[in-house]
Amino acid sequence: MAATSYIAETLGRRTSRGFFARLRGGDEISYLITLACTVSILLIVCLIVYELWFNSQATFKTFGFSFLKSSAWDPNADKYGALPFIYGTCVTAFLGMIIAVPLGVAASIFLAEMAPPKLSNILTFLIELLAAVPSVIYGLLGIFILVPAIKAYLVPPLKSVFGFLPIFEGTFYGLSLLSAGIVLSVMVVPFIISVSREVLLAVPVEQREAALALGATKWETTWDIVLPYASTGIFGSIFLALARALGETMAVTMVVGNTPKISASLLSPGYSIAAVIANEFAEANGDLYISSLIFMALVLFGLTIVINAIARIFIMTTQKRGS
Amino acid sequence: MKSHMLRYAATAAALTAVAAVLAIAADKQPIQMTGAGATFPAPIYQKWFNDYQSIGNVQINYQPNGSGGGIKGVTEGTVDFGASDAILSKEQMEAFKSKNGGHGLLTFPTVLGAVVPSYNVPGVTAELNFTGPVLADIFLGKIKKWNDSALAKINPGVKLPDLDILVAHRSDGSGTTFCFTDYLSKVSPEWEKGPGRNAAISWPVGLGAKGNDGVTGLLKQQPGALGYVELIYAVKNHLPYGKVQNAAKEFIKADLKSVSAAAAAMKESAADTQVSITDAQGKGVYPISTFTWLLVPDTFKDADKAAAMKGFLKWAVTKGQDEVEPLDYAKLPKAVADKVAKRIGLIK
Repeated sequence: MAATSYIAETLGRRTSRGFFARLRGGDEISYLITLACTVSILLIVCLIVYELWFNSQATFKTFGFSFLKSSAWDPNADKYGALPFIYGTCVTAFLGMIIAVPLGVAASIFLAEMAPPKLSNILTFLIELLAAVPSVIYGLLGIFILVPAIKAYLVPPLKSVFGFLPIFEGTFYGLSLLSAGIVLSVMVVPFIISVSREVLLAVPVEQREAALALGATKWETTWDIVLPYASTGIFGSIFLALARALGETMAVTMVVGNTPKISASLLSPGYSIAAVIANEFAEANGDLYISSLIFMALVLFGLTIVINAIARIFIMTTQKRGS
Repeated sequence: MKSHMLRYAATAAALTAVAAVLAIAADKQPIQMTGAGATFPAPIYQKWFNDYQSIGNVQINYQPNGSGGGIKGVTEGTVDFGASDAILSKEQMEAFKSKNGGHGLLTFPTVLGAVVPSYNVPGVTAELNFTGPVLADIFLGKIKKWNDSALAKINPGVKLPDLDILVAHRSDGSGTTFCFTDYLSKVSPEWEKGPGRNAAISWPVGLGAKGNDGVTGLLKQQPGALGYVELIYAVKNHLPYGKVQNAAKEFIKADLKSVSAAAAAMKESAADTQVSITDAQGKGVYPISTFTWLLVPDTFKDADKAAAMKGFLKWAVTKGQDEVEPLDYAKLPKAVADKVAKRIGLIK
């Protein structure tokens, strides 16, 4: 409070002075404006959490934390549980990342380090176009093209080679956790490529020149010098992709099978938190039902924070070990 | 000085003229109303509201955000009226009363729809027959194969393959699901005790797909799939769909006539128009049919809006019904339309 009035005072004093003095006062003005912007965004986040919390009290009072452990989802019996949805969200996002991260990082290495700049710019432009495709388009392509293709060409060999693994057990109907993971990987890969490439390009030329001068090959330079230098930024791009994968709604609901069951097999249908909210909110009747869907949103919020935190801690520890 | 006076006079005259024109324009300004709810009747509602605009000088803006959204909207007063494919529960009616100073909510059937079982059985070109109990057993997971004896018995002469049935259901909350599960609940005690009726339920078996298009995608891609879709959707997309046995033991294919017949078969003198017409008695009726309703508060704060609403409803159940069939909806039978017209007077 005192600080604000002090700033206001100084501002007042400054404005009473001439034009040039006021320009110099731009420091304070810009500080206040940018601060206000940051605070307003934080405020929006807090308001969202508060609203979710406030409107999900009925569920919290009825089920408590057992809501997170329960697998029941029966609007007619007014019994709700989040576990199958949490499981589906995590599995599809994880699967998407397993495919997207190596693909995206490798592609960004090619675009930043190996491709001629002109070609790199054109390819990057095309890849970034992928990020602008609405998710419902991905969902439709998923249902009508990708799922039949997976069913015809990917699953039979997978089953014949790895069929003994529990993750490839059971009948494959097309709509499944696997399909959702693959669609997600296509959706998030442009984020990884686009950001990682920028980060790699920002690595100072001196770093490369020094490595080359010491006799490293081009690939050794890239792998041992450039990549570690850019690792923080690359991980940043992966977090961005992960956040998108966790919250993706439309494309996932169209290919995941929308069945709230927990099954070890990736070939079986599942459900995700965002998908169930989108599917059922409009027609939800009954206070506890609506409250449970809102609580799910809160769970997704928490899940995103927890997964991001785990990923960050993991990276911090590996980086320390590396150095 | 004089020229000044003249100029003032001219300005004043011009202003008066403008004001007069504005006043006339304001008089002609159409009454604005908003509604929200069911997606199934949205095409006919939008056509009605558009056509009625010039007749009744009322501009109605309709948001198809789902029956649940319509019920919520009208209860909380964010829209002037709602629309729903599902029958409102007693609790929902009470909730409306308690939030609206004891005033009630009236329901007006407008058009009819139906839900049909659609399937993908390789090698079968004949229209398949279903009965209520067989459908319930399939959706309960008790009948697992297409060549099950229960299915073979009602489809004499059809060579059904030894193929697993893959149940496809809607994953989004929907009036279509309400109608279908309402029917299953009536024909199967086990279904009623188990999954029950609602816009979204806990399905014993099968895959969930979003929207009619999602279910259709599953049906087209998965040999052996059986799902349920809206009649209009099935007709427009040339999906094969089966006949369903009605209470009079006839196998009936859903069409505009057999759906209207289901409504006409509802003879009981229910004071309320909120009745389920699934599994209706009588000959020639298609058993998985449903009304769709407009939800209108019995008291409007704004008298103009009340008058506009009454005018529209009167038009919709009389002249408006002529526009229904070209859009593939089944129209209200005359007796029902008359009954609805009488109830319009309850709006104040």
